[in-house]
Amino acid sequence: MNALRSVFLRREAGIAVMIVLFVIAVGIAKPQFLTANEFRIILLLIPLILIGAMGEMLVLVARHVDLSIGSSQALAAIITGMMFKFMPGVPWPVGFVVAIGIGAAIGFANGALITLFRLPAIIVTLGTLNLYRGLTFIVSNAKQIDRQYIPSDLKAMSTGPVPWIIVIALGVALLTYWFANHTRVGRQVFALGSNPVAAPLRGIRVNAVTLMVFSISGALAGLTGILYASRWGFVNPSNTGSGFEFQVIAAVVIGGVSINGGVGSVLGVVLGVLLLGCVSAALPLLGIPGTAQSAIYGAVIIIALLIDRSVRQRGIAALAASRARA
Amino acid sequence: MAETPDTPLISARGIAKQFAAIEVLRDVDLDLRRGEIHALLGENGAGKSTFAKILAGVHRPTRGSIALNGQPVDISSPIAAQKLGITLIHQEPISFPDLSVAENLVLGRTDGAPLGRVPWTAMTRDARRLMDLLGVRIDVTKPMRGLSIADQQMVEIARALASDSRLIIMDEPTAPLTPKEVETLFTIARRLRDEGRTIIFISHRLEEVRALCDRVTIFRDGNKIATEDITSLTDADIIRLMIGRPLREYMHKQGATIGEVALKVDRLTKPGLFSDISLEVRKGEIVGLGGLVGAGRTDVARAIFGVAPASSGTVTVNGKAVVISEPSQAIDLGLAFVPEDRAVAGIFRTLSVEENITAAVPKKIAPGGIIRRVVEKTMAQDSVKRLRIRLASLRQPIGELSGGNQQKAILARWLLTDPDVLILDEPTRGIDIGVKAEFYEMIGELAASGRAILLISSELPELLALCDRVLVMSEGRLTADIPRADASQESIMSAAVPRSAGQAVAA
Amino acid sequence: MTMTDQTSTPAATAFDAAAPRPRWQVILIRPETMTLLLLILAFVVSSLISPYFLDINYILSSFTIYAEFSIVALVMTMIIIAGEIDLSPAANMALSACLFAWTFQATGAMPLAIVVGIAAGLAMGAFNAVLVIRLQLPSIIVTIGTLTLYRGIAQIIAGDQSIRLPEYFIGINNVLVAGIPVPVIIFAVVAIGLAFILGGTIWGRQIYQIGTSEVAAQHAGIRAKRIKFMLFLAMGFTSSIAGLITASRLGSVRYDLGIGGELQMVLMAMLGGTYIFGGRGSILGTFLAAWLLSVISTGMLTAQWLPATQLCVLGGLLIVSIIATNFIYSRTQR
Repeated sequence: MNALRSVFLRREAGIAVMIVLFVIAVGIAKPQFLTANEFRIILLLIPLILIGAMGEMLVLVARHVDLSIGSSQALAAIITGMMFKFMPGVPWPVGFVVAIGIGAAIGFANGALITLFRLPAIIVTLGTLNLYRGLTFIVSNAKQIDRQYIPSDLKAMSTGPVPWIIVIALGVALLTYWFANHTRVGRQVFALGSNPVAAPLRGIRVNAVTLMVFSISGALAGLTGILYASRWGFVNPSNTGSGFEFQVIAAVVIGGVSINGGVGSVLGVVLGVLLLGCVSAALPLLGIPGTAQSAIYGAVIIIALLIDRSVRQRGIAALAASRARA
Repeated sequence: MAETPDTPLISARGIAKQFAAIEVLRDVDLDLRRGEIHALLGENGAGKSTFAKILAGVHRPTRGSIALNGQPVDISSPIAAQKLGITLIHQEPISFPDLSVAENLVLGRTDGAPLGRVPWTAMTRDARRLMDLLGVRIDVTKPMRGLSIADQQMVEIARALASDSRLIIMDEPTAPLTPKEVETLFTIARRLRDEGRTIIFISHRLEEVRALCDRVTIFRDGNKIATEDITSLTDADIIRLMIGRPLREYMHKQGATIGEVALKVDRLTKPGLFSDISLEVRKGEIVGLGGLVGAGRTDVARAIFGVAPASSGTVTVNGKAVVISEPSQAIDLGLAFVPEDRAVAGIFRTLSVEENITAAVPKKIAPGGIIRRVVEKTMAQDSVKRLRIRLASLRQPIGELSGGNQQKAILARWLLTDPDVLILDEPTRGIDIGVKAEFYEMIGELAASGRAILLISSELPELLALCDRVLVMSEGRLTADIPRADASQESIMSAAVPRSAGQAVAA
Repeated sequence: MTMTDQTSTPAATAFDAAAPRPRWQVILIRPETMTLLLLILAFVVSSLISPYFLDINYILSSFTIYAEFSIVALVMTMIIIAGEIDLSPAANMALSACLFAWTFQATGAMPLAIVVGIAAGLAMGAFNAVLVIRLQLPSIIVTIGTLTLYRGIAQIIAGDQSIRLPEYFIGINNVLVAGIPVPVIIFAVVAIGLAFILGGTIWGRQIYQIGTSEVAAQHAGIRAKRIKFMLFLAMGFTSSIAGLITASRLGSVRYDLGIGGELQMVLMAMLGGTYIFGGRGSILGTFLAAWLLSVISTGMLTAQWLPATQLCVLGGLLIVSIIATNFIYSRTQR
């Protein structure tokens, strides 16, 4: 096993260890944390973040960032919700097509702005974050889509012993794993992030790959839109997707994806999401108010960055030392 | 035109290239044979690199045509060049540092469905095979980030082999290599030639060119001057063709009185970079620091100056022991450092020449904090006059100046600090011979005015011409302290070479 | 001096230096001009929508809503020029204001409360500074983290409630000096001060140098880390003051004070011609852009556009402004 891979394995193992330790610690204080029911609650907390994190991971690996996924989720959810409300005859699976399609379209728009005008993704998606949120309000006339309009079959996907939304989320993770590790274009995304200057010289079509990556991120955000309706039973132009991007970034950073691109593992991100899910589930049990969630996510992002940095520094030091010896 | 065994691999006719309004290549005709190693020589800016890049598809010629095996071709992009069997190996190999060696070998070579499977096992197997073929032991599953430059070059060559390249262009490949690695490179190059491939070798090092190459083409001012068998030219011939005039004895040293020790360094160590470095530089003295790229010389300079301080050891300036943890302290103590890579560590590209020149003397141009524009302008104008910097206006961005004038501006910056000790790191790199001469003159004058100069250089003639003593570093240690009288290219080189050094690079 | 025959070869002279741009071009063709023109345009359009815009008092009083963000945006401009970014100031404003209000509620001592609020702002700025400068973490992600953290802590402290403030503290935006609301005066004074620092002092010069090339700045003896550290501290300090002014204007403090403010501040900086990658920008540009944004926002309000539409316009403006700024910089830069 080569040096970087083994560092990574340590990273993923490290996250797994943190999860185990955390679960044990909370479990000692509140034994009901260790029940199967609690496990199911955790699993139900994470599918949306997991799906969003898969898309965000690809964007970060390509050395960009997408801050607009929360607003994309909202916009896709609202439009799909309005379709359910005003066109009740349409079969509910069509909602998936609509949500993903809209997500992909606005993701593509992000990518187009970035590639056409050579703009930094952070600012562009900061702008579209607000732009899409505004559109969400306009399109819906600032009105929520209430429970009765969301198809019951759709809502049923979040119930039952093994809810479908969890299956879908796992499926997306597996698909992303296959895409990132076993397809040519997936490897090109890693190459692009690793050295954007060299990429065009090696036949990578930078603009096409960038557009694709943002379209995927948008499409997955759109998917989380309709799954939001499934999970919560309603869509609200103000709340849906609010703060989503920060949760996703927290998970992705914990999972070891590098801001500088080229490095990221699906397993790491999945573990990162799981850890966040455990933390979120533990909060109400420990009597910590929901208002503390933002603060915790913020702290988590910072801690993950610090860990990331110290791991990298140790890796670089080890590399320098081994070269000195050679 | 039918392809016969004598058909040149590449026939270039009338190649010309313009960048904006500037002509860098004029009407170049050149034939490259199959199964030869062909050197391209010339000063910086003579056009040899541009010509090679045109062959490699990086640039398109403004005029002219290229034929490959008798068939006219349009080399429209680097990928098109690769498809035609032409590969360019950069001096600093470009790669994807986070991907494995095996992946780097494969990427971009094959067309295939984007969603097509990545054949990991086959890829790794083929990569291992290629490495064995080259006789190089590299773990192909490791990420590229961990490899030395020599190993990265080997991977590049393996890439060229994997795509069955017929023409391999090497642009200054030997600068970062140890002689042993150079020998490995040459052996492989010869083998490739014997297989019928063609190699273009761009280099400044005449002895290497002589050892390796069959024919040589000399460029000057954008023109192709001559193509000859290497055996029919002497070094003097080559130089004359390169610079268009006989080499004059323009580098001579002015006498200077050598005074007391201005800079003393004792047992300076930084693990992994250099160890146990002790040296002295006196006022009026020019001490050279020679060695191969990667020997640690720049690291020592950066440590002394406070950019990246050492872990242990002492620095003494003008007799006083000091601790320098950042450059501003070094400047206050009378040290100055002209860094090696002016584009990265020297100039503020988009800021004015004036601002660049006065960057290191904030207290002189803004005593109370407020900038005195008149004072600044006067200082800058004086500098421009003194160093003969050619520019259109002091206000223009320094990025618009030529390399030589940018370097002069950086030197001016440091002269304004009135330093006692001046550390120069490759000060004439990338500068034409005419301007080089001006620099040598200035360095001599600086020493004569009583400053202590530490001159880091990889150019042996430069060290020999200017220095009172030449120190040599190799693999992080000082290996020699050679007085002027005993200094020669051989003595410096043999001290620069690593202990387990290879032999001469002759075939 | 003995030199080789200086037979100047064509290649040598051609490479010496490109001709400089004429002075008038340097002065006129720059992003700030674009901002000024847009400002004039915005005024014209707005006055067509509503005659209120011809009344200077109306313009001044409607600006007070944006004054707080504008003041912070000025410091934000300097941070961006230095090559960093700070997305946490709005959250800083909220947390500073919350701590201020909470202290007042608990002790009834206004001076103490003010000190606490400002100290909190400084502390938050210092926290950012340590993470970015000492620990060398990327400022964009760090400040996304701290913005979440600060806003979250504010949420913990204040919950969902508004903390009411005493009458004598409220309404600073209604206090006029020479007919100009106090926050606007503060904004103008800060703008003049920072413009002077950025344009006329050595530290301002060094900020540009650091943003252009931090490595070169370091080698030239410029104490880049220290300057950047100070900028983050200044950001924290200014944010807390802005938070207090906002609290005074609103009359009460909630955890969501100033929410979305980071967008507006970045927008002001971008509209004012600040180059996102550092090394270029000006206080004048951001100053004009603040007014521009105020006119646009107030205009939209008067025209009774939905808040949602306004949000869209802001988002769209941000994108358009960086496209334009990048375009201008790439054309005038060889």
